[in-house]
Parts: sequence; structure tokens; C-alpha cells
Amino acid sequence: MPHINIAGLPGGFLTTFSSLRLVASGLAVRRGPRFLFRGLDMSLASGQVMQLTGPNGSGKSTLIRLLAGFSPPDAGTVRLEGAGEEYPGAFLHYFGHREGLRPALTARENLAFLAGLLGGDEARIPDALGKLGVARLLDLPVRVLSEGQRRRVALARLLVVDRPIWLLDEPLASLDVEAIATVSGLVAEHAKAGGMALVATHQPLAATNATLDLSGRREAAA
Amino acid sequence: MSAFSAVLKRDLRLARRAGAGASLGLMFFLVLIAIVPFAIGADQKLISRLAPALLWIAALLATLLGLDRLFQADEEDGALDQFLLSGGSLTMLVLAKALAHWLVTGLPLSLAAPVLGLMLAIEPQAMLPLSLSLLVGTPALTLIGLVGAALTVSLNRGGLLLSLLVVPTAIPTLIFGVAVAKAAAEGRDFAMPLTVLCGTTLFALAISPIAAALALRQARG
Repeated sequence: MPHINIAGLPGGFLTTFSSLRLVASGLAVRRGPRFLFRGLDMSLASGQVMQLTGPNGSGKSTLIRLLAGFSPPDAGTVRLEGAGEEYPGAFLHYFGHREGLRPALTARENLAFLAGLLGGDEARIPDALGKLGVARLLDLPVRVLSEGQRRRVALARLLVVDRPIWLLDEPLASLDVEAIATVSGLVAEHAKAGGMALVATHQPLAATNATLDLSGRREAAA
Repeated sequence: MSAFSAVLKRDLRLARRAGAGASLGLMFFLVLIAIVPFAIGADQKLISRLAPALLWIAALLATLLGLDRLFQADEEDGALDQFLLSGGSLTMLVLAKALAHWLVTGLPLSLAAPVLGLMLAIEPQAMLPLSLSLLVGTPALTLIGLVGAALTVSLNRGGLLLSLLVVPTAIPTLIFGVAVAKAAAEGRDFAMPLTVLCGTTLFALAISPIAAALALRQARG
């Protein structure tokens, strides 16, 4: 699998992927004697911001991890249309409860690592942190940051590394009102530029233009 | 390749930052060697004869030190998820972690071994061959440990299980590593054991990263 440096593409990288579609069909996840969901169909296309809702334990995080390719579903398929033979993981951002930051490293070092790993641009780190309102935390070890500050630093990787598909699991947790508006704005901007996002959150998200509700999908296995 | 160097750079930086990198393994090595004469007694001939084996056992144990956290820390903070999204091969990233681990444990141990050998009255002509055998052999220890670390990634306190998995598999390396230093101490030709030692390392290099990557993928299935 080749390393794909999407960020290296000339201007407007997202328009290159305007034909991209994340399509899932017939997804089922079984947990013990019951299915979290079964026969779940969904598709996410360029320009869409889909809000994923459902009560705790309804399988939102499971669905997102499944779409990211971290674990296989018990039934059904996930396809990335328009990506050719390339590895789907190289097209998406996964942002979950565990942010992937090391406490001993500074915000800059953490993001530089992610930029190197995911094929992003290190030079954008100060700007990205600025957009999230944490520019002055650049050279502080993540260990000393508050929960909300840490989440903001972690979210900056969405801007440092260009990926067309954003899979965000509770990105607004621990954020203050101002940061929630910022993140909502970033998601909207991303969608407007041709990207797409699936956001699991219980809070209203201004950018939402589609919804997927997982409540009431639980059923007993035969 | 940039993902490979990003992982390597970060792990080396973390080792330096945490202060648990080169110095910790080396201190452990030193402590182990320093207590040996107290345990065995002041029989210089005996210690001298045991020296290659003691140094190799110390190197094996020092390599195991902290190995259980190699992937666990990445799993806990979510970095492993990001590894899977790099678009490159997980095998290469795992190899980068192994290289970083060896650079902060195996390499300093190999370089310090002749000096520590002095404390064990090692034969002068065995010093360089001993260093060489560790230089060639410790990568195999790290690589074998890599698979153990990947297999125990989701276990809390998997350290003991890790040792149980790794130590038996590391025995061929241990045997031929000691054989090199012993042959040199006795003034014999050590080309044969050294060649086999190289072989075990190359074998581990070919198999371990793939096996470790597979184990990591399975662990999240």
C-alpha cells in the first residue's frame, strides 16, 4: 500500500475527491445475545455533514470505528467509491475519545508527528492551533493542558492533515461554547470545500445537513 | 517513508524526554553486573568464565524491560488508530518502533558491554567479539520482543506473559551470542557462531514486523 500524500496535491485538494462516496450496506454488529444494529445502510457524499445520534450504548462509536476500518462488521460491507484501489484509511480522519496525543510531548511535537505519520504539512501547525484558539500552547507539553485545551490541540490535526472524510466521535466533548462554534464552523467549511463528515454528538451542530439515528435499532439475535 | 521517520523520531524523542530510554536499560545492566561478584564470591576465574553468559542474560533482561509498554502506550492514547490511517504499511511502522527501541536499549548495551565486562574480569581478547555479538544479536531480542509486545497489547500487566512468550524464543540468539564471546575468550575461531547469530537476527527481521503488525490488527478486530 503506497503512502498517499494528499496534502501535496496542488490547490483545492478536496475537489479532486468530489466523486468520493463512503457507502455502507447491510451493516450488522452483534454484541452477545443482541444486535446493536442490523441491516444498516448509509452513504456519505461530498458536501455532507451527517450527525450521528442515539442513546449511550447504541453503537455510535462502534459504527464510526467500523467505518474507519479498525474492526470488521459482523455482516455487511463498507466501500469507498471513487477512490480506486487505494487504501481507504488514507482518505479519512478518525477523531475519537482517545486523542492520540502524548503527554510528554509538546503540542507542536505531537502534531508534527501526526503530520509526518498521516502525510500532512508541519508548517500549518501554528495556524491550525490559532484557528482553534490555542496558538499560545504551541510549545507546552500536553501533560499540563486542561481537558478542553487538549481536545482543541488534538482537533488541530484536522487542519494540519488534509483528508476528505472526517469521522468525528464526540468532538465537542469538554469544549466550551466558543470552541463548539469554532469546530462547527470548521466542519461546515470542510463540507463546503467538498469534504464530508460524520459527527457523533448529542449537541446541536449547526453545520448538519443530514442525520443518522441509531436509537431503537437494537434487536435480539435469533 | 515519512511515516516511518515520524514514528522513529517521536519514539526517540519520547525515550529522551521520559528519561527512561538509554539510561534506564543501561542502569539495569550495570546493577545486574555489579551484584554478580557479591553473589558468586571473589572467585575471579569463575566469574571470568561466566562473564559472557552473564552479560548476555543481562542484555536479554534489559531488553525485556519496558517492552510491555511498547505498543500499550500507543493503544491507550489512540496513536495506534492513527497508525492504521497512515496509508502506509503497518509493518513498516512497527519496524520503526523496533528500530527506536533498539537504538535506546540494544545499541548502548552493546557499546557498554566491554567496559562492564571489565568488572567481570572478562578476557581482554573477548571484549570486542562480545560487543560485536551483542551488536548483532540484540536486534533479534528487540524484534522477538516486538511480537510479544504486539500479542499482549490489550492486556493490562501483560509484562509477565510477555516474558514467558519472549524468553523461550530468544534462546537460540542467547546460545549463539554466548558462543561467540566464549570462543573468543578461549582463543578459538568464532566465525561459525557469529554467522548463525546473524542468521537468527535476519530471520527475526524478516518475520517479526509482519507477525507483530498482524497481531496488532487482530487485537482490534
